Amino acid sequence: MSEVRQARGEADWSCYDRAAVQSKFVTRQRDGLAVASMLIGGVRCSACVCLLEEKIGGLTGVRAIRVDALTTRAEIVWDPGVIPLSKLFAAISELGYTPQPYAADLVEHALGLEQRQSLYRLIIAGLGMMQVLSFAVALYAGALDAMDPEIQRFLRLVSLVVASPVVLYSGMPFFTGALRGILARRPGMDVPVALAIGAAFTASVWNTFRGSGEVYFDSATMFVFFLSVARFLELTGRRRALSMTGALARQMPATVTRIVDGGIEAIGIDELAAGDLLMVRPGAVFPADGIVERDEIRVDESLLTGESRAVVRRPGDRVAGGSLNLMHAARVRVENVGADTVIAEIGRLIVGARDDKPRSVQIADRLAGWFVVAVLFIAAVVGICWWLIDATRAFEIVLAVLVVSCPCALALATPAVYTVATSALARLGLLIRNARVLDELHKVTDIVLDKTGTITRHAFGIGQVRVFGQLPEDRCVEIAAALEAQSEHPIALAFRAQRSAAGAQNVRAVTGRGLEGSVAGREYRIGTLEFVADFAASDTAGIGPGDTEQTIVFLADRDRVLARFAIEEQLRPGTEQALREFERRGKTITIASGDRAAPVRVVAQRLGIDRWSAALSPASKLQMVRGMQQAGHRVAMIGDGINDAPVLAGADVSIALASGTSLAQVSADCVIINENLGTLCSALDVATESRRIVRQNLSWAVGYNLLAMPLAATGLLAPWMAALGMSASSLLVTMNALRLSRRIPQSASPPMGPLDQIVSARARG
Amino acid sequence: MTIIYMLIPLGLVLLVAAVAAFIWAVRSGQFEDLATPAERILLDDDRRPPE
Repeated sequence: MSEVRQARGEADWSCYDRAAVQSKFVTRQRDGLAVASMLIGGVRCSACVCLLEEKIGGLTGVRAIRVDALTTRAEIVWDPGVIPLSKLFAAISELGYTPQPYAADLVEHALGLEQRQSLYRLIIAGLGMMQVLSFAVALYAGALDAMDPEIQRFLRLVSLVVASPVVLYSGMPFFTGALRGILARRPGMDVPVALAIGAAFTASVWNTFRGSGEVYFDSATMFVFFLSVARFLELTGRRRALSMTGALARQMPATVTRIVDGGIEAIGIDELAAGDLLMVRPGAVFPADGIVERDEIRVDESLLTGESRAVVRRPGDRVAGGSLNLMHAARVRVENVGADTVIAEIGRLIVGARDDKPRSVQIADRLAGWFVVAVLFIAAVVGICWWLIDATRAFEIVLAVLVVSCPCALALATPAVYTVATSALARLGLLIRNARVLDELHKVTDIVLDKTGTITRHAFGIGQVRVFGQLPEDRCVEIAAALEAQSEHPIALAFRAQRSAAGAQNVRAVTGRGLEGSVAGREYRIGTLEFVADFAASDTAGIGPGDTEQTIVFLADRDRVLARFAIEEQLRPGTEQALREFERRGKTITIASGDRAAPVRVVAQRLGIDRWSAALSPASKLQMVRGMQQAGHRVAMIGDGINDAPVLAGADVSIALASGTSLAQVSADCVIINENLGTLCSALDVATESRRIVRQNLSWAVGYNLLAMPLAATGLLAPWMAALGMSASSLLVTMNALRLSRRIPQSASPPMGPLDQIVSARARG
Repeated sequence: MTIIYMLIPLGLVLLVAAVAAFIWAVRSGQFEDLATPAERILLDDDRRPPE
């Protein structure tokens, strides 16, 4: 039989050995090894991760395997000469998981299916439980009141009919989870759960057909329902994370324009191959790393490097995939595609950083393992004792112990609070991707901020203006704005905020120097000092570039230099206030930027921050945070760019901005959607509060257990009482969690919902 | 009391109907996005939000 299945399995997976198929998700390394990234369906906890890492990592030819339990993504490094990829796929599926090559569409698909199934399970468990409980009430009342045995038999039979789908369909994840845990010799919480449900159901079915003895359909369905709720809440958080991971692939444009003999054609990004000649429109993202074919172009790499100025790329220069084309349509010869691009490289750095993150989760899992072993041990001891005292009662007492010991209150205590806190924070303008954040936030000692796009916006504004001629300042600004209105250069955008009634004619751009044109019949030049000095008749001595740390532009007419504009980065509104709030809470603030030292210093001085570092690469940012972590600090990182993504993944808590890149958002634990750093202050308060409530809940759940366990073991508690008490306890825990939503502080600025964003986007035109 | 032999199966039929209705609702995508429909009603019909 197994040979047949194996043969079939190999036939199923063999398509993944074809190079054309592999090109989508496999990268070849220089040393002959290959890396495949895939999505593994069925991974639910770190026990699954351990199992996969042990079994797949142990195959000959596999050099390394890393599985992310949260996003169920896996990365396998293997030697294609020793073992074909199809064998790896077959081995993973033999363990009971479903491997898929990682691509955005598959994520979406798997996501939808998982969401639907968990909803079906929850609702069937809920409706079924209600029915079974109503029958159970009748049965209990009937037991006291001498019910007609015929009716009792009938009620038990219908209970069986309703309970069967609840246990066999809604409860299935617990059985498969328990089986997987036992096979991997790492029993999880699923084992006692499955044991209790399975035993209660089997015994009830047996007693129903036998016509005597107790039935426990009520306990079993109630148990399944409450655990399904806990699992659903947990899954909701993970789904959100998964959906944001899918955004990673969407960062890239879906179609690109390829130049072929005699014309252009639109092709899918998947069909792009090295050597293709591409046309990239202005304002579009380069889909792959490439070489500029002709014409000088200007690209915005600020998302990749943090450099706030546009970078000039000449024919023969490389442009990185993911950077933005600012100028006219560019022709680029593709060098690397997809998984080989700079962006993809940073992506792998992120995964590495996240996996090396110190995790409290692992400790929790190990504790859960011990807890399970202890519960099973106690149940066994109690069972043996009662077998010796009174064999007829042994079964129901063991059942009561199992139901009591694995209380939903304990399972619900944390997810319920996190769900309430998460939705409350979403209302304030902070999306939490990873509930662990709430645990970590209040421990944070240091806050590290990126500069470009985080403290500042991706926009320049006019700072100080100095006038040299008789022309008043507002007239100079007006002329400058009229000239710059014709340009797409980032510096020109600084003047966009200024309304200009005057129109400029004959505007001509001189690359790297400035603009010239006429306004109201007079000729003007705006740009670098040399550029305007060539033009103006008068001496430029004494005007001087002055403070060279800033970007300065000059305006001149034929006679003289008229004005000097300092162009500075615009601070994000509310930033200064938020930083003061952080300081008031005793957090140390550091700026870590990929930009040059000068602009970083300017911003740091404006905000009164002493600790800053500039010109950091993504790797050195990560190193800096690692250093702080090793010194015992807990670091919260706030960033928005692709270059921030690795450090976001490596920090204890990471926060991305909604206006930033999706790569940064994918790597971060939470995303500020209202663009106000002050939201994080509210989040700190919520974290403290939710931690308090989690503690209350956990101590209640544990206390209840300690009280109920001896009662169950001594036979004072029937299984239905255990199930009822457990449900009441779960209800209490949930209600306590709901208290949190009323205690959450109101944000200083109104949060921006999707509607507000749409409205404001329209207002901007 | 023999009426329960009819009423309970009837209740079960309703239960099946409720489950079927729910499954239909999930299949037709009503649970995919719970936030946007509430706000969509406030938007003008003739203008689509920018993509």
